[in-house]
Amino acid sequence: MNNNKHWFLKGLKDGIPIAMGYFAVSFALGFTASSAGLTVFQATLASLLCNASAGEYAGFVGIASKVSYLTMATMIAVVNIRYLLMSASLSQKLPEETSLPHRLLVGFWITDEIFGASVTVPGKLNPFYNYGLAISSLSFWALGTCLGAIVGNVVPDNIVSALGVLLYGMFLAIIIPPAKENRIVRFLIILAMASSFVFSKLPGLSSISNGTRISILTILISGAAAFLFPIKEDEDKLETGADASHAEAVEVENAH
Amino acid sequence: MHTNYIYIFIMFAVSFIIRVLPLTLIRKEIKNITIRSFLYYVPYVTLAVMTFPAIMEDTKSPVAGFCALIVGIVTAWLGGGLFPTAIACSAVVFVLELFI
Repeated sequence: MNNNKHWFLKGLKDGIPIAMGYFAVSFALGFTASSAGLTVFQATLASLLCNASAGEYAGFVGIASKVSYLTMATMIAVVNIRYLLMSASLSQKLPEETSLPHRLLVGFWITDEIFGASVTVPGKLNPFYNYGLAISSLSFWALGTCLGAIVGNVVPDNIVSALGVLLYGMFLAIIIPPAKENRIVRFLIILAMASSFVFSKLPGLSSISNGTRISILTILISGAAAFLFPIKEDEDKLETGADASHAEAVEVENAH
Repeated sequence: MHTNYIYIFIMFAVSFIIRVLPLTLIRKEIKNITIRSFLYYVPYVTLAVMTFPAIMEDTKSPVAGFCALIVGIVTAWLGGGLFPTAIACSAVVFVLELFI
């Protein structure tokens, strides 16, 4: 019992630097949600239930273009597919006897940053550590979304335009530094952007919704890359939590 | 408007199933190198597809959006980090749209 309390409090504390990064990203996301036509309540609800920046963004794009429910489900699956790897990794990290409700709750709150923090724990993982991390960081995720959506509803047009690119700037801050180090990632990002542009402009292809385009191109390009350029063991840093968007949390920690 | 709640429910349900499936049913590491490679590349590709050309479509002026993309790439390349990169993109759009 006492042990659980200790891990919960440690999680709450370790979640604070993550919370600051979350607040900024989710503010930008809330703004996108309001442009997509969600109410403040709906945007906040989506953040409380989904806990994912790219996943929620894809969802909001889908809502804005009124895609079918099947298309929505496909998009969300593709964009969030990497959580399979984190969940599989945590299944080894939790004690064997961990009950189903605990497994479901740990899974519900997997994010890149929470995963990154929880795999650095020596030995087995106490689920209460994840709950502490989730509660202190993800409450700011929901709060940021809420405020972003409120601001999105009241500011004038020229500010909407300027704040609308905040989230894209953050996406660039996540993908560009690894692209600098790794030429395959660099090549894939250029290819992805070029194909995305062609898909959205070419007659015929441009009738495909934004959401479907995200799914198709992600599967095609990542799939081809997986066969052509399989990663080496040391390249796959998920084990240590240093994956793409973990950079956000690390960066915030360094800044303070 | 009420369909937004169905959309949000689908977003929740699919994200949740992906996150809990390995923890509850599979309970194994993913060893296959092709699958690991695929999952490694997905975030970069999907964020790149999401960013462009959407950054040009969400601004009043597509030219301002394109300039924000270039400035964002340069700032991030030079090690700008999350906040400076986002703010630089935003500032470029704000200033350019005063003139365009």
